[in-house]
Amino acid sequence: MALKVPRHEMPCQDAQERAHNFDEVALGYTREMAVEEAQRCLQCKNPLCRTGCPVEVLIPDFIKKVSEEDFLGAAEVLKVKNSLPAICGRVCPQENQCESKCILGIKGEPVAIGRLERFAADYEMKHGDGTVEKVQPSGKKVAIIGAGPAGLACAGDLAKAGHAVTVFEALHVAGGVLMYGIPQFRLPKEIVQREIGNLEKLGVEILTNQVVGKVTSVDELMENGYDAVFIGTGAGLPYFMGIPGENLNGVYSANEFLTRTNLMKGYKFPEYATPVKVGKKVAVLGAGNVAMDGARTALRLGAEEVSIIYRRSREEMPARKEEAEHAEEEGVQFRLLTNPVAIHGDERGWVKSMTCLRYELGEPDASGRRSPVAISGSEFEIEVDTVIVAIGQGPNPLVTKSTPGLELNKRGNIVADPETLATSKPGVFAGGDIVTGAATVILAMGAGKKAAASIDAYLKSKN
Amino acid sequence: MYRVVKRRQLAPSIVLLEVEAPAVAAKAEPGQFVIVRMDEKSERIPLTVMDFNREKGTITIVIQDVGYSSALINQMEEGSAFLDFVGPLGVKTEIEKYGTVVCIGGGLGIAPVHPIARALKEAGNKVISVLGSRSADLLILEDEMRAASDEIVVATNDGSMGIQGFVTDGLAHVLNRGEKVDIIWAIGPMIMMKAVCDYTRPLGIKTIVSLNPVMVDGTGMCGACRVSVGDETKFACVDGPEFDGHLVDWELAMQRLAYFKDEENRAKARLECEGGHH
Repeated sequence: MALKVPRHEMPCQDAQERAHNFDEVALGYTREMAVEEAQRCLQCKNPLCRTGCPVEVLIPDFIKKVSEEDFLGAAEVLKVKNSLPAICGRVCPQENQCESKCILGIKGEPVAIGRLERFAADYEMKHGDGTVEKVQPSGKKVAIIGAGPAGLACAGDLAKAGHAVTVFEALHVAGGVLMYGIPQFRLPKEIVQREIGNLEKLGVEILTNQVVGKVTSVDELMENGYDAVFIGTGAGLPYFMGIPGENLNGVYSANEFLTRTNLMKGYKFPEYATPVKVGKKVAVLGAGNVAMDGARTALRLGAEEVSIIYRRSREEMPARKEEAEHAEEEGVQFRLLTNPVAIHGDERGWVKSMTCLRYELGEPDASGRRSPVAISGSEFEIEVDTVIVAIGQGPNPLVTKSTPGLELNKRGNIVADPETLATSKPGVFAGGDIVTGAATVILAMGAGKKAAASIDAYLKSKN
Repeated sequence: MYRVVKRRQLAPSIVLLEVEAPAVAAKAEPGQFVIVRMDEKSERIPLTVMDFNREKGTITIVIQDVGYSSALINQMEEGSAFLDFVGPLGVKTEIEKYGTVVCIGGGLGIAPVHPIARALKEAGNKVISVLGSRSADLLILEDEMRAASDEIVVATNDGSMGIQGFVTDGLAHVLNRGEKVDIIWAIGPMIMMKAVCDYTRPLGIKTIVSLNPVMVDGTGMCGACRVSVGDETKFACVDGPEFDGHLVDWELAMQRLAYFKDEENRAKARLECEGGHH
């Protein structure tokens, strides 16, 4: 029976229309769609989907509740393993995780687990009473540095275990990349803030405007009575190409372009005072999710032509398939097997063109992907007035540099035990992009949860 | 919230604000800056620290009405508050005993020079401060700088006070009387810092400047503030704001400062239409 009902498509805003607004692209399932989709689930005895989830969400259990139209119950089941389901339902790469393991996917389409997660979480936000159970305080204090996905997930689990948790955030608002990086049209900021509000209801204290490494340090936190510290400061240091012309006016890091637009709400300038400028012809360097976000944001800010410039082919693009498809539907062009070698400016120092080189694919490299090889003599010029560099981010050194005794690898990432996420410094744990290098929201959340379990065990062992 | 406990009009468009921010005040050092945001819709504005008081838990900043956000901050009254006030950011000044030091402040740049001059004097240096402004009525913090220095030399463009000319003329005055200068700090408009560096480069006198490029987060996350120093790209917010002025690519720094000028003018014009509220 179940196989005969096709997977329900996600209703979306029309591509032509949405390319000019910042409203959420995916509209979410209706009640009927959610129930029908949930009924497709085979309720496997040995659910493989769960093994594909970095936080091991009780997937068949929550889906069963949805199929029974007990949506609040479904949200409750989700929250056993995941404190931020409305976010994960929107930004997790489900096609590579839970949904890739779904038995239905062998002969047909997997259950739309992510869409159901989003439906249940959104339903609860609208209809739930928002109460949380109070837990017995443990008397232990934990400091968390960074209010991004890793830090928030860690905070939620530690608070549920009864520990007093304080999160130190450098920016003026909590959320990290969920606020400054991922655009409004993919993850509305109101949803992020509501999820964070739920953590605060659990007793998590969030202090904004606290740049650890400047206003305080890990050592000072330990001296001031914190029994353990979790570092989840992310990958907040933008990489540039290192090609001539990268400091011309009109060249942004993706971080700057997205921060101006999302965090500072530059798309509402001048009502919001932070400007973000986009020209007519925009080139986005890179083909990951951040590059897609940059390209789609540029379109919405009024750019006439936006291209993704990537030196490999479509196959190797690191972005989620859905993100690349959405970008293409909206009119983003893909200039593949192409890489810039220099950016040129006009007499005022503003970007006017870029020299690129064509590439072909050679032998597979260390990452298993066919490596791009430049075709000599293939230089050509393209006219651009804005360049957004989205080739990745490294670890921000403000915390690590100010923490003596913390072992780092040669790229500047913190070395942490893969099982416990303990660092070389007693009582100090770390997880997320600051340990792994730039990855995904859900992997960072998984690390935050893993660290929370191990911090809880550490604190109990200290009694 | 970060309350304004004192407001002082220093010149027609320049005010001093002393702001309650105990955690920042406990750690601030000369040469560092803060980022402020007045309200929910405001920009994040980097401002160099003019003074800090660890006992009172306050940071003093000086701001000139030059654009939309600075105009709004300029109108803040005692008792009003900043929504956000983050710091101390950037690398602190390297305070040592160098010998004879000239501290040059041009216009608003006198404010950040103040704690640097004071610390250099406390470290046993002979501190000669050269203060410049367009005219006498725009010269700020003269008394504070006098207290922080062994001597002050004033230069005004219109000659209404001190030497007629630029801060470079004030510096020439000090050098020409035979003063052996070991190191110079020069803070002010880019064009002034560039002029000082062009003047001191052939003389071989090390000149430290403090750059004020466009910034957003101030923690190294966005790279808006990148400057070229000795042919290397640096982020002024975390690698600076102080750099060896002889190595700075001034043309590029000035170019980058102009990137959002149109938007800034648009916002300012809107503010003037609406009479100062948004």
